[in-house]
Amino acid sequence: MINLIALCLILFGLFFFIAGSIGILRLPDIHSRLHALTKADNLGLGFLALGLILLSGDIFIAAKLLLAWLLVIASSAASAQLIAQRARRRERDVWKI
Amino acid sequence: MENIAWSAFDVLLIAATLSLAWASLTTEHLRRAVIFFIAFGLLLSLIWLRLKAPDVALAEAAIGAGLTGALLLAAVADHQKPINKKPDQKFSLADFVANTFLNLLFIAFAIVFGAAYTFALNEVNDSRLTDIVFQHLPGTGVTNPVTGVLLDFRAYDTMLELAVLLAAALGVMAIGKTRRDFVKPGDMERGLSQWLIPTLIILSLYLLWAGANAPGGAFQAAALLAAAGVVMRLTGYVDGGLPQGIWLRVLLVSGVGGFLLVSLIMMFAGRIYFDYPESWAGSLILLIESMATISIAATLVVAYLCGQPDTWFGGQQKENKHAD
Repeated sequence: MINLIALCLILFGLFFFIAGSIGILRLPDIHSRLHALTKADNLGLGFLALGLILLSGDIFIAAKLLLAWLLVIASSAASAQLIAQRARRRERDVWKI
Repeated sequence: MENIAWSAFDVLLIAATLSLAWASLTTEHLRRAVIFFIAFGLLLSLIWLRLKAPDVALAEAAIGAGLTGALLLAAVADHQKPINKKPDQKFSLADFVANTFLNLLFIAFAIVFGAAYTFALNEVNDSRLTDIVFQHLPGTGVTNPVTGVLLDFRAYDTMLELAVLLAAALGVMAIGKTRRDFVKPGDMERGLSQWLIPTLIILSLYLLWAGANAPGGAFQAAALLAAAGVVMRLTGYVDGGLPQGIWLRVLLVSGVGGFLLVSLIMMFAGRIYFDYPESWAGSLILLIESMATISIAATLVVAYLCGQPDTWFGGQQKENKHAD
């Protein structure tokens, strides 16, 4: 039963990664691409970590996976903001807004 | 079924790693080449994991991809003008021959790489060295075979590696002043750094402590500690968290110094150098590793600063240019 739930969670996480990858390839500009990318990082990795936590059944491994997820969330949120800020500055320079 | 899945994973991993290496070597833009190189390093650490070498994988991810990536990005930022000029559109026979030769060379390399990977995964059952290591491991006071080999069996080589790092740090400091300032950090960078730096320090201590019986150790811990220094440098602390003057020198030599001190004490106690008494071996290795961690981290941060910290001479604290 636990295995089945874990499998579903991991598949759900993979769906976000696939969607994020397609988004990066298909979306037209940098801001919407960042949007797709951060969804993959946050939700995709979150569901993946949750599924792996269920599979591992060890509190220390669970804590490590949770920490890894939190670190990825923080770094992806921060880097997405930085890239977006930089892009906006450049757009402003180009279009003289 | 499982075998097929692993084979598919291996093929994808090899193909992606080689493609990234190729892209990094051939792209026209330096910054893009560096980013490809970082991604290449991350996949390379996956390959090390696949070859059941988690210690090497950690080191590759932390130093090879992380810190080297930061170093290269900073170096690219120093050379804003593109070094690679647009090639002439005219057909030149020499270029054509050179390109064909390079392509053939790369294909040959790719074949050798794939063959070596398959060989390492499937054919190697030779456990002679592993057996010897595990046979003698109880005397070292640690249970992680990699740490046992690095800090006990070949302690002399590891000490010389630290000496090489010290020489590199001296070379970097001979360059002179640190590089010019980066873009001024905003509120978000500073907010991020406030909890990222403590987290990195705690993780580094964890890796140092875990190195005795699990993957980890001085080099991996030092890479995380140095990452904290890099974050500090990027968020307005011009000296990257390094102390000034004599204390920086103490930090830089503490790795080799710790090794030499321990081995000298052992010699005065009537043993051969680098031969630790069995009951103390674990503690001594932890002591040496702690000092090595600090010194490697200081070396890496000095390399990232690319020169002596701003406050090196005179002892007077210069005005912090990033502070608001």
